[in-house]
Formats: sequence, structure tokens, C-alpha cells
Amino acid sequence: MDTALIPPAGAYVLSIPAVVFSVLILVAGTGIFAYIIEKRIAPLFSAAPDPRLDHFKKRFIFMLKYAVGQYRQPRYLLAGIIHIVIFAGFMILSIHSASLVLTGISEDFAASVSNSIVGHIYGALKDVASTFVLLACVIAIIRRGIFKPKRYSVPPEYGKDHTKEAIFVLMLISTLMVCDMLFEASLTAAGIQKGLDTELLVPGTGTRLAAGILLTMSSVKLQTIHLVSYFIHDLTFFFFLCFLPMGKHFHVITSLPNTFFMKLDKGTVKPVVWGVEEEKLDDLDSFGVKKFSDFTWKHMLDFYTCADCGRCSDQCPANAVGRPLSPRFISIKCRDYIFKNYPLLGNAATNKKNLIGNIFTEDEIWSCTTCGACEAECPLMIEYIDKIVDLRRGMVDDGIVPQSLQKPLRALEKRGNPYGKMEKKRSDWTKEKGFSEKYKVKIIGKKETADALYFADSITSFDDRMQEIARSAVRVLHAAGVDFGILGPAEKDSGNEVRRFGEEMLFQELKDQNTDAILNSGVNKIVTTDPHAFNSLKNDYKDIPQVEHISQVIAREIKSGAIRLNGVEDSSAVYTYHDPCYLGRHNGIYDAPRDVIDAIPGITRVEMDKSSDRSFCCGGGGLMLFYEPIEEKRMGQLRVEMAKEAGATVIVTACPFCMANIEDAIKTSGLEGKMEVIDLVELIDRHIK
Amino acid sequence: MEILVCIKRVPDTSENEINVNRDGTDIERDDLVYSVNEWDNYAVEEAIQIRDRVCGSVTVVTVGDEETEEVVRREMAMGADKGVLLSDEVFKNSDGRGIAGIIKAEVKKGKYDLILTGAQADDGAGQVGGMLAAMLDWPYASLATLIEVTDDKKIKVGREIEGGNLEMLEIDLPCVLSIQTGINEPRYVGIRGIRKTASAEIPVHGAGDLGLSPESVGKSGSKIKQLDYFVPDAGEGAEILEGSVDEIAEKLVELLKARGGIK
Repeated sequence: MDTALIPPAGAYVLSIPAVVFSVLILVAGTGIFAYIIEKRIAPLFSAAPDPRLDHFKKRFIFMLKYAVGQYRQPRYLLAGIIHIVIFAGFMILSIHSASLVLTGISEDFAASVSNSIVGHIYGALKDVASTFVLLACVIAIIRRGIFKPKRYSVPPEYGKDHTKEAIFVLMLISTLMVCDMLFEASLTAAGIQKGLDTELLVPGTGTRLAAGILLTMSSVKLQTIHLVSYFIHDLTFFFFLCFLPMGKHFHVITSLPNTFFMKLDKGTVKPVVWGVEEEKLDDLDSFGVKKFSDFTWKHMLDFYTCADCGRCSDQCPANAVGRPLSPRFISIKCRDYIFKNYPLLGNAATNKKNLIGNIFTEDEIWSCTTCGACEAECPLMIEYIDKIVDLRRGMVDDGIVPQSLQKPLRALEKRGNPYGKMEKKRSDWTKEKGFSEKYKVKIIGKKETADALYFADSITSFDDRMQEIARSAVRVLHAAGVDFGILGPAEKDSGNEVRRFGEEMLFQELKDQNTDAILNSGVNKIVTTDPHAFNSLKNDYKDIPQVEHISQVIAREIKSGAIRLNGVEDSSAVYTYHDPCYLGRHNGIYDAPRDVIDAIPGITRVEMDKSSDRSFCCGGGGLMLFYEPIEEKRMGQLRVEMAKEAGATVIVTACPFCMANIEDAIKTSGLEGKMEVIDLVELIDRHIK
Repeated sequence: MEILVCIKRVPDTSENEINVNRDGTDIERDDLVYSVNEWDNYAVEEAIQIRDRVCGSVTVVTVGDEETEEVVRREMAMGADKGVLLSDEVFKNSDGRGIAGIIKAEVKKGKYDLILTGAQADDGAGQVGGMLAAMLDWPYASLATLIEVTDDKKIKVGREIEGGNLEMLEIDLPCVLSIQTGINEPRYVGIRGIRKTASAEIPVHGAGDLGLSPESVGKSGSKIKQLDYFVPDAGEGAEILEGSVDEIAEKLVELLKARGGIK
């Protein structure tokens, strides 16, 4: 075919056929890339096991949704749109880039592709794509370089700023786009000059614009531009490919497998070692993650996949109050560790140090409330809670536990509750004057049976304030006509936090004792007012009757008409609902509590800015109440401020720990009398007909 | 360095409600849970840390009945190399001097460079450490908050004294030290650690093994006799606030305000 310019495959550079260079670049580029990938994957093969090949269809759909569909990107709107544009452009241009590489080797190849109808349509599409990508890159460079959004900054304790790498990569992408445009435009310009039938260029695209400018140039110059832009593109393309696994842009490749292998069972904690039964745990030499190679291969893949976008840390409540934890740097520090200890040249480091004390501090790992905000935000489905729990398991195994936590743990071991209260006093909340005369709460055992079990858990059983929640629950369940009882002294702490604080064997003991007591009670279902107990019973325990949080029961009974409500007591009050992490994010119960509140006639309810899956943890539950963190402010105080900003005067929650933290925060923020907190079941108790 | 740490199993004061029994001879023990005396935990931790620095071994020893074995295992789970239980019917109701005598007999069977005890016990009188040192005729320093091993002949010991000052002593080995809390941060002992020591052999030494005559120990060997055990009556000016935690706190605040304690 007659072409306006000599194509790269037919040209000569310094009397050497250019095709030689094309082949060299291709072979060297792919060879180096394959070598780097092999080096990067190597540590994954010596990592801990992590079976993730189940539910193939589900995984494939999730991969399409999160990686290809960029589902979570728009949660940060501007950054999300820029990313989607660059990503979509990349997807379109990847075909073109591959065909360009071959264009340098075979003269006929390019022509055969672009002369088909599909080729013409695609040609127009990729010109549009490259223009949008270039524009998006320019906006991104301005955003990163000039406006510098705060979430990208690197606190000094976590190393150097990452802006340079980000801008460097944006420049690489821009170079690819510009070269692509010049390569096409020079050919079109020369064609027009020679009066040939040229490719129609879409108005407004960079290629069309460039063609217009190039039209005035001599054909010799156009030939030079054509070849130079081709080879710069070719070199940049392979350089970029090999540069991807060097930093955060590895996600371009790893995001597909990472979303495919994502965690499917929310609310659970990974077993100590996959494939080791609970009964065999005693035989393990070591527990948890102590050295880097103790991580599972998927967790290592997470480190490679982190795109350094900072959304996790932006949502992390621990980070917000100045605790020494930033989930983003859990990933970044581990990735840096891999790069350093598994170098591309030379052998992997043999000196395997403990992670705690070297790249992590003890307080960093204890600071996490396991609220799950980071995981709910990560566009690439990176996990944090399982890693934190594994690191804690390692610390517990080595005896590294803060004194503030040792005491409640010992009490849990001896008494089954973190306060060290006597077992026989666990049901004392039922004996309160004025209550016990009206409501007889059955203690299920040899004499008494019931259809449902009300599982109060430790704080609700022993804390004076939280006992009110238990008594409200009794009245509400009574009104709904539920036949229920409690386990009394046989109930132990559910152990939700015991497990999540890394004391797996103590958790197993608590779980076994509770499981026995529950099965012996013969109940058909379990109800609880404590989302932590709810989560543990539902997700950690096996083969026990179905568990419901009381908000689900109330929502259902309001619908059925069994519970009827009076008009709102105080019509001037403005209510807002605070999502407890273990009800919302970990178990997806967002609507039932809201429906329950809205069922009170005349009630005014507003939403806080951070709600549902973006709810802000109030400070954590269970053992977290005993931990003495390093922090500038309390999470609860920030949460109360958010409620105030939303115009609320009453915070409704559905968790005794939220109650404890928020009540405390109202006092320490000086909002007593202006702000109130009430549990959902108490609110219903007050309004029941 | 061969280190011996004396430990004691005591009712866990933070996890129990302590009440005096009806005959006024003891506390109600039915619903009690027990643990290692808090000070002893620090002593064992310190011994483990010294061993890890300078080599040697750590042995824990206690006087008690078969149930007491539990605390020996716990401290072995913490990292002590060996454990010995000194147990005999005739040891029962020994006073502090009696206990010190029993431990002295065990010490004579071994070859120890350093003996650590807790500064006191939750339910004790803080006398065993000093008496043991006197019986052995070894140097003794109490309330140690810092230990530095100079060489196999000498150690330096820091003691916290009035006003937050630290006194540094140099002591020849072998010696006895009583350990104050705060000298370190005792490590956590999990269920897993305790289970791992379940099969460890813990020798039990009785009066015969130790060459002690039954009359020298137990009630017959005691020089101190307990007369009574009771909750003292509220004296003049003393007031016990009653009610729920909130009510008590409120009353306390009112009282403090009324008496000018707070404004």
C-alpha cells in the first residue's frame, strides 16, 4: 500500500534497519519485565497458605465490579473521575499500544488492522481516549504538584514524600499519549500534503490538533517526527512496563488478581493458619505473624497492590485522633520491606528480623479498633484487620501485651468477663428493684426452657449503665411476645475482642464454653443487644442457633404489628443514628435500625456526614475500652462533634460500647445537657404502646 | 547466673470480693480465683531478662499445696527454666520465718548466685525475703527497681527511695533481693503458653527431702500466732458511702466540695 511516510518497520537508522531496534526493544523489554515479575512473585511462594480458589463465579464478578468497573473510585469524586478516565483510556489504548509494538516489526501489520471498519472506529475511539487521558494527566499533575491534597502527604515518621514518583508516572503516561498523537498526526499531515486518502481524525482530539500544526512542516521533518515519536513511544512503553513493579503502579497489574482473590466473608477473622483445625492449634510452633514470611501470599499481594491513594488512612479513626497508626503505611512499609529484602539483583536477605520493633511499633498494632473503615474504602479490596490480628497473635505469643490489657485478659481467663466480676453475679441486672417484681427473666437450665436466648454479654451484664439496655431489651422482647431466657452464670464473654486482640486460645475456650451452654439450653434462636457479641456468635461460632441483633427483631415486629409505638416524646429533639461498626460495616445491617427509629410517629432524624459504611468508630469495644492509647483526642469526641454539625441533639446507637464511648465524649466535650445518647432498644422501650 | 525466684499463689484481689469468714479465722475462699502474687511476677520477669542477658537459668520455687503447682507452671510459661514445689502436710500454717526456713533448705540443695522475691505479697507480711537472707547469711537489698550485673561476683542494685530518688548499691553475690513493681513490664502469659508447660516435670520436695524436722515448720514451728481476723469498725470521722457507683461518685463529689477539697 502506498503510504505517505516510511513506516518504522521499513526505515533505517544509521544505516541499520529500524526493525532491528524494534525487535531489540521488544525482546529486552519483555525479558526484563518477566525477570522482575519472577523476582516479585518469589516471596509469595514461601508465604503462609491462604486458599482463595472457591466461588470462582462470585470472585470473577467481584473482579469485574471492583477492578474493571472501578466501583469504589467515585467515593472520592474528583480523584475517582480522573482515575476512571485514565483507566478507561488505558484499557482502550492498550490494544493500540500492543499493535504499535508490532508495527515496528511488520510493515503490513498496521495497515491490515487499521484498514478494517472496526479499525477505523477503533482509530477514532483511541484518539478520543488519548486526548482524555492526556487531559486527565495534566489535571492530576496540577492536583498532585500544586494543590497537594492532604491525604497524599507522608508524615516524617513514615519516610519521604511520594509526590515525585506520582508525577513521574503521570509524565510517562503523558509522553505515551503525546508520542502516539505525533506518530499518527505526522502520518496524516504527510498524507494530506501528498493528497492521499488519509484517516479521518475526530475534531478536538490531540491527534487532529497536532496534525493541523504539523501540516506546515516539510515531509523530511514529518518523517523524522514519525520515527522519533514511534521509538520514544516504544521505549517509554517498555520502560513503563518494567517500572510498574517498582512501586505503587504495580497495582496496574496486581489489581486484577487482588480483587479476584478478595476476602469474601466479612466480619470473620482468618484462622491462625489456614488448613489447621482448631483442635490442632496446640501443635503449632508459633502463632501469628512475627516475621515477614509469616504473612499469607494474599496479604503480600495486598502490599504490592496498594496504590498509595491514602483513602484508608483518611477514613481511619485511629489516624484521625493521632494514634500511631495509618493503615496506608502498613502496606507501604511492608512493600518497602519486600523491595529491600527480596532485591531484584542478588539473593533474598537471610536475616529475617521480627516486624515488631523494626518496621512496626507495638502501639501501632494495638491502636486499631478493627472498625473496618479502611477496608470499606479501599478501591482495591486490600485487607487490614486480618493482618492486624495476625500481628497481634504474634505479639501475644511472644508475651508482648500492654499491662493495661493483661489484667482484663487474665480476668477473662479466670472469670469469663474482663472486669473480674464473679460469675454468679452475671444475672444480677435482672434483680433491680422495680424491675424484678414486674419482669421475671428466666435463667435457662435444667428447670426452665425458652424459645429464644437473650445473650447480654459482659458489659451489658455488669456495667451499671449498660444494664439499663438489658432491662429495656427484656421489656421490648416481652411486649413483642418473645419467649426468651438468659444463660445467667453459664454465659461467658463472647470473646469478639479477645480473638481480635490476638488471644486465640482464650477465645477458643470462651467459645467452647458458650457453645456448650447455648446448645444445652435447647433454644431455637439467639437475640443480642451487643453487636460485638452478635458478630462473634454469627461469624466466629459454628453450629449454634441463628443469631439476630435486637434491631432486626424490633424492625420485624413493628412490621408485623406486634410492637406498636406512641408518638415521639420530645418533638423538638433531633435524632441521628450512629452505626456501630460491628452491626453496620461488618454485618451490613444499616436499614433495620433506621427503619425502627423512623417508625416512631413524628420523629425527626438526620444523617451525619459520615454514616452507614462510612460511619466513624466511636473508640472501639471490648478490650479496647481497657487499652490506653497514645492519642491527641478521643474518637468519641470527634463523633459527637459530627452529630452536633448534623444538627442532632440525640445520638441513637445500638451498641453498649458506643454508648460508653459517646456518653463519655459528651461529658468530656462539655456537651452535657445539649447532647444525649440513647440505645435503640431504650428508645423503643420508651415509646412502646 | 543461676537465679532462684520465690513466688506465692494468692487470691487475686482484683478479681475477687474479699470477705472475712464467719469464725474470723480467714477469708471466704469458696468463690475465689488465684494467681501469682503481682510482685513475684515482676521478680520472675527480671530474672528472665537477666538470664537472657548473661546466660544461666531461672528456677521458680513456691511453698504450697498441689493446687499451687498452677502458678509454677504459669511462671515457667513466662520463661523460667525449672520449677520446684515445696509441699508437705507439715508445712501448713507456717509463719513467715517457717516459710523462709523451708526455702532456705531448698536453696542449700542447689547452687544459686541470686535469689529474688517479690517485695511483698497481697496477703502477706513482706518478711520472707529478709529472713531468708539472714538465715543464709547472704547480703540483702529490698525494694529493688534496677539490677545491673557487673560480673559473676558483683551486681549493682538500684532502690527507689523517698522523693523519687534512686540509691545505687553494689552487692557481692550470692545475695537476696526483693523486687518492687515497676522494675520492668512483665510479659503476658497466654493460655497457649500455659498449655505448653502442662507436661513439664515439677519436682515436689517435702520436709524429708529437705531435711527438715516436722516440729521446725508449720504451726508448731511458728513463733507468731494469729489471734483474730476481722474488718475493723468504722472509726470516728470515717464514713462508708453506699449506693450505685454513680450515687457514690456523686456523694463523694458533694463531700469534697463541702469540705473544700475541690471547688
